[in-house]
Amino acid sequence: MPLLDVNNISISFGGLAAVSGFSFHVEEGEIVSIIGPNGAGKTTVFNMLTGVYKPDAGSIKFDGVECNGLAPQEIVKLGIARTFQNIRLYKDMRVIENVIVGMHINQKYGFFDMLLRTKKFRTCEYESAKRAQQILEMVGLSQHTHDYAKNLPYGEQRKLEIARAIATSAKLLILDEPAAGMNTGESESLMHFIRTLKDKGFTILLIEHDMNVVMNISDRIYVLNYGKKIAEGLPEEIVSDPQVITAYLGVTKEGKDAAGD
Amino acid sequence: MKEKTMNLSNAFKSFLAFCDRWKAVIIPLLIAVAAILPQLGFSTYIIRLMCNILIYTSVGMALNLLVGYTGLVSLGNVAFFCIGAYTSAILTANCGWNFFATLPIVALTASLGGVMVGLPTLRLSGPFLSITALGFAEVIRLIAMNFMSLTNGPLGIRSIPRPNLFGLELNLFNKGFYYALLVLVLLITLFIYLLTNSKYGRALRAIKNDEIAAGLMGIRTGSYKVMAFVICSALSGIVGAFYASMIQYIEPNSFTQDNSILTLSVVVVGGMGTLRGPYLGAIILVLLPELLRGAEGLRFVIYGLALVLMMRFRPQGILGWKSPLPYKLPSPPRDAGKR
Repeated sequence: MPLLDVNNISISFGGLAAVSGFSFHVEEGEIVSIIGPNGAGKTTVFNMLTGVYKPDAGSIKFDGVECNGLAPQEIVKLGIARTFQNIRLYKDMRVIENVIVGMHINQKYGFFDMLLRTKKFRTCEYESAKRAQQILEMVGLSQHTHDYAKNLPYGEQRKLEIARAIATSAKLLILDEPAAGMNTGESESLMHFIRTLKDKGFTILLIEHDMNVVMNISDRIYVLNYGKKIAEGLPEEIVSDPQVITAYLGVTKEGKDAAGD
Repeated sequence: MKEKTMNLSNAFKSFLAFCDRWKAVIIPLLIAVAAILPQLGFSTYIIRLMCNILIYTSVGMALNLLVGYTGLVSLGNVAFFCIGAYTSAILTANCGWNFFATLPIVALTASLGGVMVGLPTLRLSGPFLSITALGFAEVIRLIAMNFMSLTNGPLGIRSIPRPNLFGLELNLFNKGFYYALLVLVLLITLFIYLLTNSKYGRALRAIKNDEIAAGLMGIRTGSYKVMAFVICSALSGIVGAFYASMIQYIEPNSFTQDNSILTLSVVVVGGMGTLRGPYLGAIILVLLPELLRGAEGLRFVIYGLALVLMMRFRPQGILGWKSPLPYKLPSPPRDAGKR
């Protein structure tokens, strides 16, 4: 059974069908990419997976649980965590605090534990901070532990977003354009980093425009255009798919006439 | 000139860093000063001013949780202050309750008000929320004005008794009232400190920084916003009860918009999202109009100008800053128990 099984999800905003009848699945331990031109509906798909939008139709099964219509908080609890295309860190908080916020759902002490600083509270806070340090170590941000998130360089902010997602104890990490705005060196190291995440047992679903990254790390690729799936398969199948080439590079005038578009 | 101001701000920064490093000494010292101050033979007028400072510090502290930590700018905090003042005044003056016995009821009624504003504003943010809260405060004032049988309408409630602790009346002459307020402000500070240094406080700050990202990391943003409203309103209500007991006579026009604005200014001037901010904010904003009495008609012009200049040169508030010191990691539970 796939870890994430998405069947025929559709959503429209007003008259615009942003995503229509999109199906895909992600097996445990895979790196799956969703690509497509700008405005193809990729981020909308992510927003449906994480509960920001409720799909008009279709089903999303994660780990056998139907999560279409669940609140974002419930979905995080099931084990899906995401990063954002336009970085959304808690900028005025410390790097380590950003990570600890990610652990919120697993910090199980109550209001009175907090007021009385009970042993349960102290143990939980201590364990959280320790684990946060381990996560920062793992993503290579430990030298920034005490910095404020907004003072981090761009690439490190992206890493911090991933660290925060990991902190939720998610099984599936959804990365929305992790390499956006990175130079070649940075995206190389990002690729390496995503592979190490895979080795650590995370399943990864990503949207990415950087074809070098996509082709190198993806196990499988789905291509969206105008909200519809136009291709799926292994990276080498995708690069030679005529429909994908058309979507990305356009068609010559003659081709267009022939297609009746 | 530019360089000079830079030097000045750097000097101020290192002063703040110094305070932060030595807070284990400075805080007890300041509390001791606050405890000794009323014993220096000041007139009742000065004692009353000091009580006013403590009142606005406390209510500023409560509002700070909402405005400074959670990022919900409420322009109607006087509503909760008013509910608290009336609840306590009615119970003590009309029903003969002991002042301290009314406080749980006060917290309850005021936080009911907090829920009433908090719930509908879940979907609102920014200016819309501020205006809704402002409207709510006006509604509460009008209820107090027209609910004759309960609040005695515009005639107000007279001879509200002073707090009575085991037969000892806490008033301005024996300074008991001042000490009661001092304990109150310290308790509120401790409470906010404990709250903000936990998952609750982190959740609130995450909501302030980026509400969407907070929700998608598993924080129930709605419940936390209502929680912030409830805590802020309950604390403001309790402070309102003290206020009623201090001035001993309340009427609906004691609770106009000016009060909300002043409270918000206390938070903003002192430094939003800090524990020390409301203290300095209240000291400045309560003392300044008094010190400027000599300027007669220009008094409030200068007062307003001071606020404008502050917003221009130090928008984060006088004591608002980000500590450059390392984040304090929690110690292992065994050691923490020994502290």
